[in-house]
Amino acid sequence: MTDITADQTADHLLGNPARDAEFGDFFALLKPRVMSLVIFTAAVGVLVAPVGVHPLIAFASILFIAIGAGASGALNMWWDADIDRVMKRTRSRPIPAGRITADEARQFGLWLSVIAVGMLGLTANFLAAGLLAFTIFFYVVVYSMWLKRATPQNIVIGGAAGAFPPMIGWAVATGGVSVESLLLFGLIFIWTPPHFWSLALFMNDDYANAGVPMLTVTHGKRATRRQIMFYTLLLAPLAVLISFTAVGGPVYFILSLALNALFLRGAWRLLRRNEAEAEADRYAAERGFFRLSLLYLFLHFAGLLLEAGLRAASIDWASWPQWV
Amino acid sequence: MGVIMAITKDHDLHKRRAKRNILLGLVLGSFVALVFGITMVKLSEGQMLEAFNHTARPSLVQELKK
Repeated sequence: MTDITADQTADHLLGNPARDAEFGDFFALLKPRVMSLVIFTAAVGVLVAPVGVHPLIAFASILFIAIGAGASGALNMWWDADIDRVMKRTRSRPIPAGRITADEARQFGLWLSVIAVGMLGLTANFLAAGLLAFTIFFYVVVYSMWLKRATPQNIVIGGAAGAFPPMIGWAVATGGVSVESLLLFGLIFIWTPPHFWSLALFMNDDYANAGVPMLTVTHGKRATRRQIMFYTLLLAPLAVLISFTAVGGPVYFILSLALNALFLRGAWRLLRRNEAEAEADRYAAERGFFRLSLLYLFLHFAGLLLEAGLRAASIDWASWPQWV
Repeated sequence: MGVIMAITKDHDLHKRRAKRNILLGLVLGSFVALVFGITMVKLSEGQMLEAFNHTARPSLVQELKK
């Protein structure tokens, strides 16, 4: 307890307490909200797979996938600290707020990545570990370092990083990749553009100030509304198609139909609105669509989980068609 | 010169560091427990844990017999 530096003591005497990084600051580097989605989708990947996994192995594997995703979040915050300082949404993150240095975040992210990938390889299998390593590489190098500041297609291609967790979960259970896991990947991949672009519609100033070439900044909001509609139209058949695979079933089918009808209606509403209308109600429809997108993904995966639960309870829809 | 005053009371900084260290200890302890649990599961599932040790391995000998 004798290593208080002179500066920290002076800061304290001047009424400006030294801000030593707390445990919670390191936890915040892992982007816990993103991590919760990763945990959920990876868990669904493990649980809907046709191969049983010991509960402890499943738990540990999902934990290491989540830590890997968190590590990539820390590396993203290290690389994007300059942008985060400018954007209102990210200004209070540990690095721009001065609670953690960029170097600490980089070290933390790198070591956690190594631990997560290594441990997933030992706990599950090396295909799953390889996919996790690729996901971290894709998010940090391809998305954060390369695409984010270079092209309005940043989140379209970068969305792949967020789409991998259910595929990794599936690989944990089966040791392989199959049509089902590719479709789960596709569901998140195609869902990402409408999700992020609806956020960009009402956070446009933030991205513009930070110089991030989001579609709303480079091509305008009208073009963004059209692109949201386009990706929502692509998403609907893909989401419904999953009903007719080994992981789908009639419960998921009905849920997916309802959710896609709502999502298409939401995208259509956004397409028909102009900026004057949007500003008049402070982007209420855009904010609503963004919230709906979160619910949309959550309920699709919850539907798959429900189908897996029904199969486990021997409630099998023998006459339900399986196309793939 | 002035008298060097000993720090007799815990600074708030110390309390925060102590909290951080305790939480880190808990995380590391949980990690050790998890690795132990994984090892137990792997062993109970009968996975191969033979290393090359300059002696005949029964599993290989049995395979050769076949």
